[in-house]
Amino acid sequence: MKLIYFAWLRARIGCAEEEIDLPPGVKDVAGLLDWLRSRSSGYAEALRDLSVVRVAVNQSYVGLEHPVREGDEIAVFPPVTGG
Amino acid sequence: MIRVQREDFDVGAELERLSAGNSRIGGVASFIGLVRDMGGDDRVSALTLEHYPGMTEKKLAEIETEAHRRWPLDAVLIIHRYGRLVPGDRIVLVATASPHREAALAACQFLIDWLKTDAPFWKSEETPAGERWVVSRAEDEAAKRRWTTDPK
Repeated sequence: MKLIYFAWLRARIGCAEEEIDLPPGVKDVAGLLDWLRSRSSGYAEALRDLSVVRVAVNQSYVGLEHPVREGDEIAVFPPVTGG
Repeated sequence: MIRVQREDFDVGAELERLSAGNSRIGGVASFIGLVRDMGGDDRVSALTLEHYPGMTEKKLAEIETEAHRRWPLDAVLIIHRYGRLVPGDRIVLVATASPHREAALAACQFLIDWLKTDAPFWKSEETPAGERWVVSRAEDEAAKRRWTTDPK
């Protein structure tokens, strides 16, 4: 699956996008974020406060309970500030 | 019509094109968003807009479709820029055309309110204290909510 990060989440994680295999046991967005937090202190810090984290799966906004699958494009970013 | 671009746009030419050749249109409403020179108490010398290519166009198209579903519109135009901009630069143009003003004005406000909370853009400001990411405003969520409780 492809993971994409934007704005300060990208800066804190230190990478704009990456390809990963679906981690064993990960079934939904909440599980994926837990798994990411366990990877390093950079991820843990960036994803500490989920009230300022939004997730899109295949370019649609989703909640933490949304399933994730191999082949998905999953974007993680702060609340938007355009316009 | 949706356009996401780095380049500036000519407001007069865009608005003229929106109603050209359609004499059913009786009103064109528009909103233009500009770069301010202040962010909170700090002077802003520039800002950089980043977006999520692909999802940006998809969300803007959804918002446009929703506006057409709610109001009798003959034309909708959304142009949003990305990249580095300085105070006074244009960021966004939303324009709507309809036989009557009520629909054009309401749809224009609806579109900018929804764009603010749904379109995946992020601003980073250059200030004397350094570069910082703009934080989303609760007022923007409230502005969008009025359209979900009172759709007309």
